[in-house]
Amino acid sequence: MSARLRQAWDIVALPVISIVLSVIVGSVVIIVSNWLVAGEIQPGLAVDAYKALIEGSIGSFNAVVSTLVAATPLILGGLSVGLAFKGGLFNIGVQGQFLMGALGAVIVGVMVRESPPLIAIPLSLMAGMLVGAIYGFIPGFLKATSGAHEVVTTIMLNFIAIAILAAMVGGPLKVPASPQPITLDVGNAALPVIFGRNGHIGIVYAMLMAIVYGWLLFRTTRGFEIRTAGANPDAARYAGMSPRRIIVWTMSAAGLLAGFAGATELLGVNHYMTASYGTTVGFDSIAVALLGRTSPLGIVVAGLIFGGMRAGAPAMQITAGVPAELVGVIQATILFFLVASPVIQRIFRLKSAKVAIEETGTFAKTYGSETVAR
Amino acid sequence: MEPIIELIYGVPIVGLVAQLIGYLVAILPDIAPIVYRAAIPIGFAALCGVMCERSGVVNIGIEGTMLVAAFVGWAAGVFLIPVLGEGDPGQVFGVTPAILVAFLLAILSGLIVAAVHAWLSISVKADQIIAGTIINIAAFGITGYLNTLIAKSSPSGAGAFTKFEPPEALTEIPFVGWIFEMFLAQGPIGMSLLVIVIAFQVFLFRSRWGLRTRSVGEHPRAAETVGINVIALRYRNVIVAGGLAALGGAFLSLEVTGSFQQGMTAGRGFIGLAAMIIGRWTPLGAFGAALLFASSTAIGQSIGFAPPPGELGTVLGQLPTQFWDALPYLVTIVVLAGVVGKSIPPAADGQPYEREAAT
Repeated sequence: MSARLRQAWDIVALPVISIVLSVIVGSVVIIVSNWLVAGEIQPGLAVDAYKALIEGSIGSFNAVVSTLVAATPLILGGLSVGLAFKGGLFNIGVQGQFLMGALGAVIVGVMVRESPPLIAIPLSLMAGMLVGAIYGFIPGFLKATSGAHEVVTTIMLNFIAIAILAAMVGGPLKVPASPQPITLDVGNAALPVIFGRNGHIGIVYAMLMAIVYGWLLFRTTRGFEIRTAGANPDAARYAGMSPRRIIVWTMSAAGLLAGFAGATELLGVNHYMTASYGTTVGFDSIAVALLGRTSPLGIVVAGLIFGGMRAGAPAMQITAGVPAELVGVIQATILFFLVASPVIQRIFRLKSAKVAIEETGTFAKTYGSETVAR
Repeated sequence: MEPIIELIYGVPIVGLVAQLIGYLVAILPDIAPIVYRAAIPIGFAALCGVMCERSGVVNIGIEGTMLVAAFVGWAAGVFLIPVLGEGDPGQVFGVTPAILVAFLLAILSGLIVAAVHAWLSISVKADQIIAGTIINIAAFGITGYLNTLIAKSSPSGAGAFTKFEPPEALTEIPFVGWIFEMFLAQGPIGMSLLVIVIAFQVFLFRSRWGLRTRSVGEHPRAAETVGINVIALRYRNVIVAGGLAALGGAFLSLEVTGSFQQGMTAGRGFIGLAAMIIGRWTPLGAFGAALLFASSTAIGQSIGFAPPPGELGTVLGQLPTQFWDALPYLVTIVVLAGVVGKSIPPAADGQPYEREAAT
């Protein structure tokens, strides 16, 4: 094997092995659970299920479109989690930032729904990004000033976001004539469909954001600071950087990305909001960032993989009779193998393979500490 | 008395606070049993958190552990009913063999999930917050998957424990009767919470096990030098704590409903974490915080149902009901930020223990 190939294999070895193992575990789950419920062993069922899953995600033009639509918020959310990872922070608050971003987008979107799309769309998107950034700023500021751990504060903020959203949609934003709490349609602020029946432009934004993400992290001073602070906060401080400022900046930027995800999802897919508007993008984004090892290309690929699974799952349930939630099982198993990577490395003798993400070793370690050093 | 109260109520702002207190005192007997019932799963989750974090292991997978236990409590019943039969409900709590076995299996499932978390956190030395996140994602996925599969034929589970009915002589006692109603008009899991809280509090601060647990959470190296097996103690505590979370989960499926819904824990595991923080990592404090959190929603509902009269009613009527749902989380953030009384976790919380190499 040439040196370059060797290098590439070291990077993708663990993710690829994790995915393969998870597919195997998934088949065992399908066959065993079917045996428990239906009472007969059908080894072919797993093959049927995976065939339907692949068919439903890339088997036709429409399937590809729905994969891209499903991948859009996952890529943006994955970038949000990934950016925080790079800075040594765990943004478990994508869910809240996503919801607030969607809320910001629907508020402005409804206000400008009669304006020309060229004005309405950017305004609504920016509103979503701004609200998301503010919602990411809060935990960043709290961590920088008082040491309140971002994991706990963002979890709390997720629940607060759900309450704010329900109160707004049930209150000031509610269509007066409607019996249900529901907002008006965003009208002209809806994202244009560029391919197929519902393939909105969001995927292009997500790709562009991935490029910006890579450029920011690896080509700018700010990116260098974030990576340094994430890898070694003490070193960052001795080099004259301010870990506190970097924390606030990183969390705000992560919130902006998650808010953008919410805004594109609302303006591209839903076009209006109900009081129970919810999302699973929060946890899925963590999975995407971990599988993509925080690299821009990795996150895009991981987002497409998980997006494809989400898009193909209904087809799998209809044709093979295997519940769509299997996707969640496979997703969790992939993460499990990634986190247990030291064990996987030993079993598969992958000495030189890169461990999942170095920065993730620091979240829980700072949990017990009181404050962030200046 | 009456004129004095009237006078206080008339003072601006202070009067409003006084009116609020008066209103809360008036509704307390009515909402107390509801509050305690709502606090039970939160309380168990918080106790699980206290036991893990006091031993130095962060567990944000409590939500997932509860969800698995809630699911197993219901699903085990589905498979047990054909084997054990419906059975005659017992005199106490309506216990049938199927309910009992389902309950034990639910607890067992909690222990197993916690063991996975312990293995990832203690042996693999993975980041404990990521490990907990994976537990949550996995629990949501696998329970959702199996639930869809089993629920196709819409079977029924083993049923549920019934409430104990305290004698009227107790509940009718003036002024304090509602306290008996609150704690005694519960099923077995609900009743056990109070006992476990007190026992846990005593053991944590008054027993050898408690001293060892706290030392392992604060300074594991020092603990090991005096001969405590840090790894073994952490394993044991995290796994037992999983049983506590499982009680909270089993409460939902085997005492409240007798059925399972997708994601039925609805964030209670996370509120439990918040209660643990507000309660400053003590069992009694966490339980108190769980009660406070549960009362927030109950007060909100009560205001919507029977608003207080006068000025206060107008003020509170303008608040959206969601305000009361969000209040516990707001309070947690305020406390974490150190605005009112700092809450500080155990010093070694979240740090995997590395034995010193023998040279």
